[in-house]
Amino acid sequence: MTDKLSSFPGGLVLDGQKRRSTQTPIRQIPLSKKLILPLQQHIGEASAPIVEIGDRVLKGQKIARAEGHVSVYLHAPSSGVITAIDEQPIPHPSGLSALCITIETDGEDRWIEHKGSADFRQLTEHDIRHQIREAGIVGLGGAGFPSFIKLNPGVHHHIETLVLNGVECEPYITCDDMLMRERADGILDGIEIMIFALRVKHCIIAIEDNKAEAIAAVEAALSQRPKLQNTKVVAIPTRYPAGSEKQLIQVLTGKQVPSGGLPIDLSIVCHNVGTSYAIGRAINHGEPLISRIVTVTGTDVKHAGNFETLFGTPMDEVLAFCETKHQPGEPFILGGPMMGYNLSGVNLPVTKTANCILVGVDNAAPASKPLPCIRCGECATACPVSLLPQQLYWHARAKDLEKTQDYNLFDCIECGCCSYVCPSKIPLVHYFRFAKTEIMNQQQETLKADNARIRHDNRQQRQEAEKKEKEERQRQRKAALAATKAAKEKEAAEKANNPDNVENN
Amino acid sequence: MLSAIAAITLMALFFGLLLGYASIRFKVEGDPIADQIDKLLPQTQCGQCSFAGCRPYAEAMAAGEADINRCPPGGEATIQALADLLEVEVLALDEECGEEKPKTLAVIVEDRCIGCTLCIQACPVDAILGAAKQMHTVITEECTGCELCVPPCPVDCIDMIEVKQNPNTWRWPDPDHLDLKSGGES
Repeated sequence: MTDKLSSFPGGLVLDGQKRRSTQTPIRQIPLSKKLILPLQQHIGEASAPIVEIGDRVLKGQKIARAEGHVSVYLHAPSSGVITAIDEQPIPHPSGLSALCITIETDGEDRWIEHKGSADFRQLTEHDIRHQIREAGIVGLGGAGFPSFIKLNPGVHHHIETLVLNGVECEPYITCDDMLMRERADGILDGIEIMIFALRVKHCIIAIEDNKAEAIAAVEAALSQRPKLQNTKVVAIPTRYPAGSEKQLIQVLTGKQVPSGGLPIDLSIVCHNVGTSYAIGRAINHGEPLISRIVTVTGTDVKHAGNFETLFGTPMDEVLAFCETKHQPGEPFILGGPMMGYNLSGVNLPVTKTANCILVGVDNAAPASKPLPCIRCGECATACPVSLLPQQLYWHARAKDLEKTQDYNLFDCIECGCCSYVCPSKIPLVHYFRFAKTEIMNQQQETLKADNARIRHDNRQQRQEAEKKEKEERQRQRKAALAATKAAKEKEAAEKANNPDNVENN
Repeated sequence: MLSAIAAITLMALFFGLLLGYASIRFKVEGDPIADQIDKLLPQTQCGQCSFAGCRPYAEAMAAGEADINRCPPGGEATIQALADLLEVEVLALDEECGEEKPKTLAVIVEDRCIGCTLCIQACPVDAILGAAKQMHTVITEECTGCELCVPPCPVDCIDMIEVKQNPNTWRWPDPDHLDLKSGGES
């Protein structure tokens, strides 16, 4: 790994709009009366409830267990009573509902007994991963991939470098920025644990150079830690989407993560700074992941800022606390203006992946009908993955899904650069998301159809075999019958012929 | 003149033998067109096309004995795919066969099941589990929603339940269609 930074193709220099939410320290959202906890707040399989309606739970108590490998535990964010386990609207672009556990809080906020390890170096790597999984920790950068898996490189990979992602390139969002400013020490705790668990030599904390305070805070904390001498802070140029894992690795190393590959193929593991903080709390203090820092910002927010929010807190309450112009039911953006999606609905809970609630974007262009593509090629210039969005667009529109895959649709990171620069205001990313889910659905159906075909064929073969067997049995029985009959007849005939013989016997 | 005729005759003989040999040596078992058609069919094995399953229907289409519009579970998308493959006109779904319906799954109301095994015998993909005088149940993952188990049930304990969309199976809407509906907002 060299000190010289590289860069990725395309990208945009955007107006950060981050000042609005960095003027006040991180505050606490008051405890909500009702916490709604979706069982799936991560990539992978939904957790399975281990509590029943009417159960009294304590803060930090497990309420759902991991189901399958790619899954994590879920905990009660505060003490109270389980009042429902049913389908509730969840913050998802579909606006659909999913299974949630609802807790009515008792206001005592009483912790379950918990204890961290005094020295994590006494633990094995396996124990650490296990504890991280039990603590419900997932990637807090936005994707929500279970973190323990990324700490398990397996026997075939050797990890050289741990990259801590504190880039936060998307405009408006400042939750990682504020976390680094205020809780740099906690982040370093997590880094120490991850370095130990991954047995890596080097660690890079990458921060965009528009976050001077965060860089200073992390460097100051780092200077107090002699054990982290191979960890360094690297300020990277502010350019969207430098915070995307693969683009960040390209900036740091000059190498590209192969198409369809993972950073592990380059001996790198990348974690978000928020995740690192959560890992530190889980291992050193025994606290599971029950809250996160959420940025609430936008032109319509009176008290913009960052808020430590318990999972399950209805977003309406968060917005009310910040005094927004937002009325319940009106749409707002979850995530940033580039990659976030519109949500509208009441009682949508804050989840593990909810990093920013954005109400009102500066200089928002009025919604207009997209104009025809003029083939200017701006989208291809802006694309950080060197795709050809224009070609992808034509094929996606024509529903020629095979062609979109030929043009590497699945390498698209949905960063939104192409839509942003499009002079015709074509919602390109929307087309790509549409094509991606269409393809995945088709693959699923083909799989199911193939399976049904095989089962049907097997059944027919079995039935034929059974039929043959039956016929064979019938034939044998007939033959046996005929044989005995013949034998009897023969006997009778013999009897008739020599009656003396029989008498003698 | 004579040598030319001889040469042509020899060549004809040679190529004739070559083709004859190739047709035996490289004989393709089965009908690849029927295979390709079969791949496009949804494999519900429901028999709504009036054939005894997807494969026989595919073979009939390959032989040119059946139209491409007889598969209600596949619906418009399957007709389109078949038309592309066979290079024929797209037809509207044959109403005789049924209508395109949302996907369903069979669910056995277990309180009512008497364990007669009739549905097990009817299921074309072995998706029902049970034994005589024991309660039966549908293996949801394997059910194709063909409805063949419904008529044989003497106690009418099988319900066809519409498959609900969940956030994991949800698909982003087609932006083109959005534009038509919401007048350009996206």
